Amino acid sequence: MSVDLTIIDEILREKGTGAEMAIPILQGIQEHFRYLPLEALEHVCAHTEITPSQLYGVATFYSQFRLSPVGETIIKVCHGTACHVGGADTLTETLENQLGIPDKHTTPDLKYTLESVACVGCCSLAPVVVLGTDTLGKVTPRKITDALAAHRGAHGGKDA
Amino acid sequence: MTTPTSTHEKRRPRLVVGLGSCGIAAGAREVHRHLKGRLAAEPAWDVELAITGCNGMCHREPLVELHDADGKVFLYGDMTPKKVDMVLEKHLRGGEPVERLLLREDRPDSSAGAFLAKQRRIVLRHCGTIDPESLHAYRAVGGWEALQTALTRGADWVLSEMKKSGLRGRGGAGFPTGLKWEFTRKAPGDRKVVVCNADEGDPGAFMDRSVLESDPHAVLEGMAIAAATIGADRGYIYCRAEYPLAVERLRRAIDQARSAGLLGAGIFGTGFAFDIQVKEGAGAFVCGEETALLASIEGRRGMPRPRPPFPAQKGLWDLPTNINNVETYANVPWIIQNGGDAFASVGTEKSRGSKVFALAGKIRRGGLAEVPMGITIREIVEDVAGGSSTGRPIKAVQMGGPSGGCIPVDLFDTRIDYDEVNRTGAIMGSGGLVVMDETTCMVDVARFFLHFTKDESCGKCTFCRIGTTRMLELLEKICAGEGAAADLKLLEELAHQVKNTSLCGLGQTAPNPVLTTLRYFRHEYEAHILERRCPAGVCKALTTFEITPETCTGCDACMQNCPVQAISGVRGARGSYVIDQKRCTRCGVCREVCKFGAVKTH
Repeated sequence: MSVDLTIIDEILREKGTGAEMAIPILQGIQEHFRYLPLEALEHVCAHTEITPSQLYGVATFYSQFRLSPVGETIIKVCHGTACHVGGADTLTETLENQLGIPDKHTTPDLKYTLESVACVGCCSLAPVVVLGTDTLGKVTPRKITDALAAHRGAHGGKDA
Repeated sequence: MTTPTSTHEKRRPRLVVGLGSCGIAAGAREVHRHLKGRLAAEPAWDVELAITGCNGMCHREPLVELHDADGKVFLYGDMTPKKVDMVLEKHLRGGEPVERLLLREDRPDSSAGAFLAKQRRIVLRHCGTIDPESLHAYRAVGGWEALQTALTRGADWVLSEMKKSGLRGRGGAGFPTGLKWEFTRKAPGDRKVVVCNADEGDPGAFMDRSVLESDPHAVLEGMAIAAATIGADRGYIYCRAEYPLAVERLRRAIDQARSAGLLGAGIFGTGFAFDIQVKEGAGAFVCGEETALLASIEGRRGMPRPRPPFPAQKGLWDLPTNINNVETYANVPWIIQNGGDAFASVGTEKSRGSKVFALAGKIRRGGLAEVPMGITIREIVEDVAGGSSTGRPIKAVQMGGPSGGCIPVDLFDTRIDYDEVNRTGAIMGSGGLVVMDETTCMVDVARFFLHFTKDESCGKCTFCRIGTTRMLELLEKICAGEGAAADLKLLEELAHQVKNTSLCGLGQTAPNPVLTTLRYFRHEYEAHILERRCPAGVCKALTTFEITPETCTGCDACMQNCPVQAISGVRGARGSYVIDQKRCTRCGVCREVCKFGAVKTH
C-alpha cells in the first residue's frame, strides 16, 4: 500500500521536527492513517532530528501506537478494576465469539478490531464497552450482542 | 449543585445539563440535543440552556438542573428525552415540580442528600455548578483572583500559606506540596518548569478526569500560582490520551486564558510571564511516575531513572521542575483565597484538607465524592456510597489501584489519613476506591492487578520485569486449581524482592495487592490450593454453577441472559431450569440476573 507522503509533510510542518516531537508526530500520523505505516516512519526519520531507533523505540513502547492496520470500528472492552469485578472477561469472550476473532485482533473484512483496554475512567458505569464512538455502560453479554448486531445493521456489515 | 436561594426578582429560567464523560456515556448528549430542539421550538418559554461538568453523582446521570424564575434550583436525575418532556410540560409550563424524578440534595434522608451530606467540597467546588467551557463562568465565582492575590502578596507569602495549609501531594505519595515548591524555587537556574501530572492511569480512578472536564481553569490557575512562586515561565500538562474530552476542555481553557491575558507575558500588569501546553500521553501507565513522565514529554520511551537528582533539581531538559498532580493544583487557588489555616482546619493532624475518591464496584451510589480527611472507610462505603448494591455483604475495598491493596471489612474503621491507610498495607493512592462483595474472589483480584503491572512494567529493572511475570504465573496456577502449598511462600518471597529491588514506584508497589490479600484473605488462597475450591465462585476451573430447583421460580431470566445458551427450562414452571455443564462457560451472568438467589456455585 503506498502512503501519501504529503500528509506526513503537513504533520511535520504543524508539529515541528525536533526530537521531542516524536510522540505528537506519531499521534498525528496515526490519527490520519489509523496505524503507523512503515513508509511514513521512514519519511519522518529522513526529515526530522528523530533517529530510526528513537522513533521505533517510541512506537513500540506506547500501547496507543499500532504498526498494522485496524478495523473500521474499534471495540474497546474496558478491563479496569470495577469492570473486571463486574464481568469484563465475559464481555471479551462474548465479543470474541460474536466476531470470530481473538482479543486484540481484526476481522478479516477489516470491519472490526477487538481490544481490551486498561481503564476508560467511567468506573461507576462498569462494565463499560466503547463501540466505535459510543460508550456503553452497565453492559451485559446480551446487551453487547444486541448493540453489535445493531451496529452491523447500520454499517452494512454481515451478520454473524 | 447549588441549594435553593430566595429572591423576589424574577429571572430567566435556566436548564443545565451535566456533560462530563460519565454523563455523556449515560446519554446526556442525547438529552441535551433533545432539550435544545424543544426549546428552539418554543421560544416563548425564554429559557437559557447551559452545560456543566460532573457533580459526582455518576449513578444518577444524565442530570438536568432547572433554575426557575424565582431562583429556586431543582435537580432531576436519570433523565431521558421522554422524562425531559415531562419536566418541560409539568414543571416549566405547569409550575409543578415532578416529585418522583427529583433528586433532593437538601434532604439528608434522600439518596442525593445522603451522598452529599458527609462531603466537603474544595477541589470539586465548581464541578457540576459552572460551565467548564466558559472563562466567564469561572471568573464569576472568583476564578483567577487567587493568582492576582499571589502576585500581589509575593512568593514568600504564597509559600508560607502553602506550608501552613499542610497540603500533601494528591497523586498518591503524599509529599508536602509547599516543601516541594520551596525546593524548586531554591534550585539554581534561570529557567524553571511547572508540570501537571494528568496521566491518571490507575484502573478504577477518574478523579482527575472529572476535575479537568468540569473545572479546567482551576488547574491552570493552580499551575500559574506555582509558576509565579518558583519562578517558572512555562508549564506542561501531561494528560492521558484516553481522556479526549479533558484534553479538549483544557485546550479551550488555555486559549481563553491567553486571550484574556491570564497566560502569556505581563500577567495582571506585572512582569510575570507564563504559558502552558498540553502534552498527550500515549498509553503507558509507567508515565505516571515523574521521571518517566518527563522522559515522555522529551519524546523518549517513558522509562524512570534513579533519583536523586530529583526533578526539583534536574527535571525537564535538566531544568528545575515542579511536578504535582491535577487534584493538588486544583486545591491551590482555594488555599490562596481562603488561607492556609482554613485548609488546615479540615482533616487530621498529618493529613490536612479533603480527598476526592472515585467510588465504584458493588455499591448503590457510585461516583465522585470529596470527603474530609479523617472520615472512616465505613462512612464512605455505608453513608456516602449507600452500602451494597447487590444485597450481599461487602467484603473489602480496594484502595490505591495496582499500587494499593484490599482492606477487609473488619478494618473499615480505619480513617482516611496517609499514615493510617499505609498501616493496613494499602495506600491512599490517587483515590480509586472499588468496593467488593462476597462474589469477588480476592485471589482473582490479585491476579488481575499483577496482570496489569506485568503488562505495564517498562522492563528496566529485572525484578519488576521478571518478578511480576513469575508472580502472575503463580497466581494463574492457583486460580486454575493447580496451586501447591509452597506457592504462597514463594509468592511472598518474590513480592519482597520485587519491592526492594525496583527503581520506581511501579515496581516498589506492584506486589501490594498480593501482599494485602495474602494478609487478610489467606483463607481464600488456601481454599483454592488445599480444597480446590473458589469460595467466591469466580475462578472458572474451580467453580460449577447450579440452579436450586426449590428456589427457582421459572422466571426465565437466566435462560434469556445466558450468552452461550447453556440453560434450558420451561417458562413459568418452577424448578424446571437446568444448566448444561458442558456448554457453561462459568461467566456468572445467571447468578447476577437471578433475583431469587437460585443460582449457586460450588
